[in-house]
Amino acid sequence: MELFWYIAIGIVLAVFFVLDGYDFGAGIIHLFFAKEEKDKEVITKSAGLFWDSNEVWLVAAGGMLFMAFPTFYASVFSGFYLPLIIVLWLIVFRAIGLEFRGQFKYQMWKDIWDKSFGVSSLLLALFFGIALGNIVRGVNLGSVENGVSAHEGHYFFLPLWDSSFSPLTEHPGVIDWFTIIIGLIAVVTLAIHGANWIILKTNSSINNKLKGVIFKLNIALAVLTVFSLIVWQYVNPNSLDNFSEKPYLMVFPVIYLTGLIGLFFIKKIKKDSHAFALSSLLIIGGIASSLASLFPVILPSVNDVHEHLTIYNTSASEYGLSVALTWGIIGFALIVVYFIIQKRLMSGKIDNMDYGH
Amino acid sequence: MEDMIFYDRLQFAFTITFHYIFPQLTMGLSLLIVFFKWKYLRNNIEKYNNAAKFFMKIFAINFTMGVVTGIPMEFQFGTNWAKFSELTGGIIGQTLAMEGMFSFFLESSFLALFIFGEKLMGQKLHFLTGFLVFLGSWASGWFILATNAWMQHPVGYEILDNGKFVLENFSALFSNPWLLPAFLHNQLASVVTSSFVVASIGAFYILRDKHSEYGRLFLKTGVIFGLVSSVLVAFPTGDWNAKNVAKHQPGAFAAMEGIFETEHAGAEIVLIGQPNMVDKKLDNKIAVPNILSFLTYQEWDRQIPGMDQFEEDELPDNIPALYYSYHIMVGLGTIFIGVMALALFFLWRKKLYTIKPLLWTILFLVPFPYIANLTGWYTAELGRQPYLVYGLLRTSDGISPTVSSGNTLFTLLGFVLLLYICY
Ligand code: HDD
Ligand code: HEM
Ligand code: HEM
Repeated sequence: MELFWYIAIGIVLAVFFVLDGYDFGAGIIHLFFAKEEKDKEVITKSAGLFWDSNEVWLVAAGGMLFMAFPTFYASVFSGFYLPLIIVLWLIVFRAIGLEFRGQFKYQMWKDIWDKSFGVSSLLLALFFGIALGNIVRGVNLGSVENGVSAHEGHYFFLPLWDSSFSPLTEHPGVIDWFTIIIGLIAVVTLAIHGANWIILKTNSSINNKLKGVIFKLNIALAVLTVFSLIVWQYVNPNSLDNFSEKPYLMVFPVIYLTGLIGLFFIKKIKKDSHAFALSSLLIIGGIASSLASLFPVILPSVNDVHEHLTIYNTSASEYGLSVALTWGIIGFALIVVYFIIQKRLMSGKIDNMDYGH
Repeated sequence: MEDMIFYDRLQFAFTITFHYIFPQLTMGLSLLIVFFKWKYLRNNIEKYNNAAKFFMKIFAINFTMGVVTGIPMEFQFGTNWAKFSELTGGIIGQTLAMEGMFSFFLESSFLALFIFGEKLMGQKLHFLTGFLVFLGSWASGWFILATNAWMQHPVGYEILDNGKFVLENFSALFSNPWLLPAFLHNQLASVVTSSFVVASIGAFYILRDKHSEYGRLFLKTGVIFGLVSSVLVAFPTGDWNAKNVAKHQPGAFAAMEGIFETEHAGAEIVLIGQPNMVDKKLDNKIAVPNILSFLTYQEWDRQIPGMDQFEEDELPDNIPALYYSYHIMVGLGTIFIGVMALALFFLWRKKLYTIKPLLWTILFLVPFPYIANLTGWYTAELGRQPYLVYGLLRTSDGISPTVSSGNTLFTLLGFVLLLYICY
């Protein structure tokens, strides 16, 4: 039962990153590459029309996590208090930017909100990557100091950074050189994804240029990926054990690699939707591989006093999980139906559509 | 420890107030949109269709703000109230997760289709998408009130040795006697807000002599819906809620009504008076004897326990705020009924569109249903104190053990800044 909910939440999270990922990515691309007003307009529109229905997936993942693994929810949300609240501010701020941009015709007004949309998208991508980095690195559960814990074993609190910026100290902070690397991977991945989205959904004048950009970003991503695997070994020497014990888990890294290799041929790919699918594989494969390397742990402990948090020691009661299964299946079925209806009616390039927004 | 709770509570109160500004409009407005669209299907007059589309745009903006202010609400259960989440997540997580799955997806998917898909779908399907948006937003109210009802009046749980609440009976969450009255009252109150908004846009158009055709339609619809919902909010649903509070939270009831001392027989109803916490009495009181007992129990001389019957640490900690919130809500509710009844009377005599003072009154009344809704929630939430889960889990035992008050103050200031940017 725990396993079912773990997988379900993983899927919802992955969908969230594939969907909202493209509008974060569009924001990053917008920040660095969109020069002409017409392009800016259409890129913000390609994000503005969809982000709110995409963020529902985040809400759903949060709700399911709360229901199925309350102890984990409590531990992680209070422990990562500061970064999470910063993420919340960014989400609110970014939305305000997208909604306000079109309200006035003044150039300066638009420029301000354009910049804030771009910067908040970039920071959000970075923070999501850093969050993933923190999860795979682990935290000082119970805030242990010299063998004595300050809290119960499933609580902790992380400062934003520790002055050493090292993942290997007794009290690592949220931001250290390891999590920054993972954060950069997220930024590059989402930028690629966002560029693909823009190519797929708009007729902007930079579409051709963006293919070159994707190619270069992909090289950077490949380098970062190899580099992160090496340092990950250094931070957590057991990180690959799961894959050797359960070889079938290798499918996830393979998914990731398919996306990565495929995107090197970006200029030859005829259908824009295929390129978009490849960058989606990148995201799904990346998240799934990280989670699989930890399984069944969901938050490692870096001290020897407290054991890791797993899906088994943080879950709700068996009865609760099984009634939720009944309504969960119905709910999932309905969501798939809505999703299909919506995508069929809203396909195509957005410049050609009359949205009367 | 004390100021720790203070900042957590302040932050929660601030962010939920911010959030609730939006859903209270969208939930009621979706009903009116469905109404306009339905009229259009029946009579084929373009005006109604345009009205539906016009209000759907207002809906969409408010929905967006509802989403971004709602995400912090959900996160805060974990960030600021970690102990509460850990202990009760197995129960209220159910209703919150169901809200996400059954209502937010419904609402957001079909909202996009309603706005962009009219030409693609034809009128009948377009009406259906509007109806599904309405259904989604009311379902959202249903699930969140189920969550709140459980905190006000916990049912269907079992407490383990380690203090954790586990779910014992799923259907009890939805047959909770607190839920239905609260849901109906709350949804009708949100119809009040949206009717006032619709009526006041109408009044504005008429006063400015712009789009008067729409002005008249909006005003008429707003006034009719406004009167019906204002009456239903007071009776039977407000009354029904009051009976629930008297029965299940007698201490909160005494504080809401301002009863410091238990009287021998029937309790009086207080119309005006200021709670004096030092002498434990109401200053400058105007009250009518025995009415409260009658309203609550239909018995003129039924005794109602006053605050003197309860231990200090069982009573809400901010009695004046609770008392005023309650009286503001009820007072405003009475005024709404009066104004809307007057407006309907003149509408019937076909004079409403020319009576300027009444139109101005309707125009300037817009903020007040918002205030009534917010003070209504303050009543409910302050009355629940000092508990998070009534009678079982104290508010002071629910906060995050590891987050310091300095950090909470910092993040609270950030939320205040964001609200400021919004305006
Ligand atoms: C337009 C808004 C509005 C108006 C005019 C009223 N209410 Fe209300 N009331 C609400 C909006 C509201 C609310 C915000 O929707 C609440 C908060 C929780 C809930 O379920 O509904 C509420 C709660 C609420 C409660 C429950 C408090 C608790 O849970 O402790 C009671 C007893 C009343 N109301 C009673 C009344 C009465 C007797 C009214 C007579 C005029 C009245 N309300 C008008
Ligand atoms: C239905 C969903 C709601 C839930 C589950 C909920 C839950 C909570 C929680 C956990 C707290 C913090 C702890 C406390 O001080 O008791 C709180 C406080 C508060 N809530 Fe709600 N709330 C809900 C709706 C609302 C709404 C809609 C409003 C007003 C618009 C509101 C107004 C407040 C206020 C003013 C406080 C602070 C009370 C105090 O500190 O004494 N609540 N609520
Ligand atoms: C603590 C309490 C609350 C929490 C945690 C909460 C959470 C949320 C979240 C996460 C969203 C965004 C959903 C999306 O992505 O579409 C949202 C929106 C919404 N909430 Fe709340 N909410 C609370 C209180 C309330 C209350 C009291 C009501 C009304 C009774 C309400 C009604 C709605 C509605 C109708 C929406 C849809 C957006 C809109 O129409 O503005 N919420 N809420």
